[in-house]
Amino acid sequence: MSTFLKLLFRNRLAAMGAVILAVIVLAVLAVPLLPLQDPDVTATADRFKRPFTDGHLLGTDHLGRDLLSRLLHGTRLSLAIGVAAALIAATIGSAIGIIAGYFGGRTDNIIMRTVDMLMAFPYILLALAIVAALGPGLMNALIAVAAVNIPFFARNIRGITVGLAGREFIDAARLAGMGHARIILTELLPNVLPVIVIAMSTTVGWMILETAGLSFLGLGSQPPQADLGSMLGEARSAMISHPHTSIVPGLMIFLIVMSINLLGDGVRDALDPRLRSGALSRPLPTTLVERSGDIPEPTDDLLAIQDLHTQFHVGARNYRAVGGVSLAVRPGECLGVIGESGSGKSVTALSVMGLVASPPGVITGGAVRYQGEDLIGAPYETLRKKRGDHVAYIFQDPLSTLHPLYSVGDQLAEAILSHHKIGKAEARRRAIELLRDVRIPNAESRVDNYPHEMSGGMRQRVGIAMALANEPDVIIADEPTTALDVTVQAQILALLDDLRRDRGLAIVFITHDFGVVAQLCDRVAVMYAGRIVEEGPTTAVLDAPAHPYTKRLIACVPELGGGRRELAAIPGLPPVVSDLPAGCAFAPRCDKAQESCRAGEIDLKGSAPRAVRCLYPEEAV
Amino acid sequence: MGSYIFKRLISAVPVLLGITIIVFLIMSLIPGDPATAILGSYATPENVEKLNRDLGLDKPLVQRYFIWLGNMLTGDFGRSFSLNRPVLDEILERFNATLILAGTSFVICSLLGILAGVVSAARQYGFADKAITFVVLIGISVPSFFLGMMMILLFAVNLGWLPVSGMYAIYGGGDLPDLARHLIMPATALAAVATGVIARLSRSAMLEVLRQDYIRTARAKGVPERRVIMGHALRAAMVSIIPVLGIQAGFVLSGAVYIEIVFQWPGVGRMLVDAILTRDLLLVQGGVVFVAACYVLFNIAVDVAQSLLDPRIKT
Ligand code: SF4
Repeated sequence: MSTFLKLLFRNRLAAMGAVILAVIVLAVLAVPLLPLQDPDVTATADRFKRPFTDGHLLGTDHLGRDLLSRLLHGTRLSLAIGVAAALIAATIGSAIGIIAGYFGGRTDNIIMRTVDMLMAFPYILLALAIVAALGPGLMNALIAVAAVNIPFFARNIRGITVGLAGREFIDAARLAGMGHARIILTELLPNVLPVIVIAMSTTVGWMILETAGLSFLGLGSQPPQADLGSMLGEARSAMISHPHTSIVPGLMIFLIVMSINLLGDGVRDALDPRLRSGALSRPLPTTLVERSGDIPEPTDDLLAIQDLHTQFHVGARNYRAVGGVSLAVRPGECLGVIGESGSGKSVTALSVMGLVASPPGVITGGAVRYQGEDLIGAPYETLRKKRGDHVAYIFQDPLSTLHPLYSVGDQLAEAILSHHKIGKAEARRRAIELLRDVRIPNAESRVDNYPHEMSGGMRQRVGIAMALANEPDVIIADEPTTALDVTVQAQILALLDDLRRDRGLAIVFITHDFGVVAQLCDRVAVMYAGRIVEEGPTTAVLDAPAHPYTKRLIACVPELGGGRRELAAIPGLPPVVSDLPAGCAFAPRCDKAQESCRAGEIDLKGSAPRAVRCLYPEEAV
Repeated sequence: MGSYIFKRLISAVPVLLGITIIVFLIMSLIPGDPATAILGSYATPENVEKLNRDLGLDKPLVQRYFIWLGNMLTGDFGRSFSLNRPVLDEILERFNATLILAGTSFVICSLLGILAGVVSAARQYGFADKAITFVVLIGISVPSFFLGMMMILLFAVNLGWLPVSGMYAIYGGGDLPDLARHLIMPATALAAVATGVIARLSRSAMLEVLRQDYIRTARAKGVPERRVIMGHALRAAMVSIIPVLGIQAGFVLSGAVYIEIVFQWPGVGRMLVDAILTRDLLLVQGGVVFVAACYVLFNIAVDVAQSLLDPRIKT
């Protein structure tokens, strides 16, 4: 609760709304105590006095009545009516919703069908029909507005109740022999009450506005009694000659509704768990770059990641997802990057083309060089021209990585059209060809399928076809086979291997599975807590792992190429990259750990191509 | 596609029936004798009795409902006593004006709202986002009838740019430019709240979509950002925006009642308010049923649009 209030008031706008609303409510509560003139006493001699005249702070209306007094009385009435309507609607609506949700079955069905029908009306038609039947008048307007809002509460509360009615504590109460009424009142109601209150707080502004609206139309409060709506309605005939009589009540309605809206937004935001954790990622087209430190010199590799640092800046905290990673590939080479989830391997991969969600992602150091050219902080258009054309990605889980509303043919064609000026028909022909290349049968008809019409393996082939669309030099494959079963996985790996041999592709293969690495990769780099802890030719690392972590990883693989596995056999969890321990990050889980391991920075050492980041390696490298 | 539309139309029948039942029940709530209520307390007993017979008020409730329903299905909505003409003729004439006003408003709020939401989301926390958020907050907080009055004061009275009210100029009007000049203010005032609501929703829908993996895929293959936003992201966001457009159309239709009063627009909303004040209940009853039925049909069109957009919906 206190976090909630803190969040609410951290939101300056919500606080402003609360203050305005509090001032208005206090003012109308104090009306009987204030030295106001009688709001209904007419004085035709004093008609249309302008604001700030003596004795009439806000002037007078067309009958010479004091506007300030009428405004405060009117506000009082409007607020009271709006709140009353909200209370009535909430009470009746919630009761209906709880009954429907609790009893379910036929009762639920009939009630919810009626509610649906009531909601099929534009709300004012229903309100007008009710007022027409009952006759104009403030009470009838109140009834109409309350009635119109009942379905809203009924539907919302029913949803919550249905969820609760299936829970154990309700069953337990039933078994204990409690009656329906008691279960509803003592078990259900306390649980739905907060939802009712929130729903009320978001609709009360509406109801104030709606009752004011009916009064404005002359269907609500009748003279001489006035709420804000009827004040505005009466003032309308003199609007052009004496606008202040309209502006005064109109502004008041505006202030009330706005402050309630501000407060409501604040409440909603404060309750939103995603905002609470501050973890909302935002939609920039490339990852933010705030690079400090030296920029490494170019090398002659095709793609080189050099001392890359990528962080997530969430609120005041910095999560160091990648802490100084260097990797490189040459044409035709396949490099495996292996690690548990959270080791920073995917973030490393995404950093290459600036695809880390940003904010919160920020690249804070190092370089990514494609043919020697540094891409970190390169202009958007430079990066875009490389994306897909020179460096392409294959992602995990193609159901979420393919657009659900475009056919796969369109998505493939688009990949080509983004980089080449060719006709639509030509692009489609190429798309079919690509589908054939990745061995999708019936490519001509498959090209018009939507992703949801394909199997997982088929979709992943589409993902690969898309990566191949512009014949890139480098493919970065981020766990492309994790979601697939073993046979399909083997086919996909074979396909990638063929492509690399046929086309001289360089592949960076991100995975958590040593089996896959063994099948496909020439070299492998093992990542832990955002850094490389060991690297070397695949066979060398597999035969003689030097880092205790690598050794355990390999020990976890019962049989190479056996499909998906979690690294559950290593006791303990990978560290949270926000507060890394000093020294070796693996120390808490390592059984060879010594005092010296925790003492300070440990370098990645060895004779190329082998290297290891460990003081007491299993093997000398 | 055709069979989907047909299915949706069939499924609307019970809703339409429900609407007539609800309106009928509300109208039978009238305290006392409806004929007296309609004719006023000065009515002669003969007149009251005649009206009772005309309305079938001497028959039981259920039977009365079916007579009324049957009459409506044959296009007989009864006769308005205050206007002395068939209710349906009056409604059709008035509904035309409302359709022009609400339709224009709906187009304005949809286009402007979605555009504002998209810009806001693409520039999250930037200047444009903050400016739009501020304007939207004002827009959804100002009552449309007050906004309409202030617009009249500013643009019609003080600046003299636009006519104060009405649908056509009394002399020499009647053509399209004349209608447009009269339409600008009421349509904008009516669109304000809905624009704000749609902008807010579009913004959050876009932000939700921009976090999706398929947006990253689009960027990874080098699709230009403009197309990522206006194509990939907006298309996916439309799946959650379109139902809200349907709901907002109902609010626009509702708001039209106020706007028609403020701008003296000869639409169905003003007709309903006048009818309530003159106790012309047959006109109210007919008008409410007619407009509600149109709204139900409009929502079917919304569903069809949704199914065209989203291939995952089984048609
Ligand atoms: S440095 Fe020490 S703690 Fe770290 S892996 Fe090597 S032996 Fe274990």
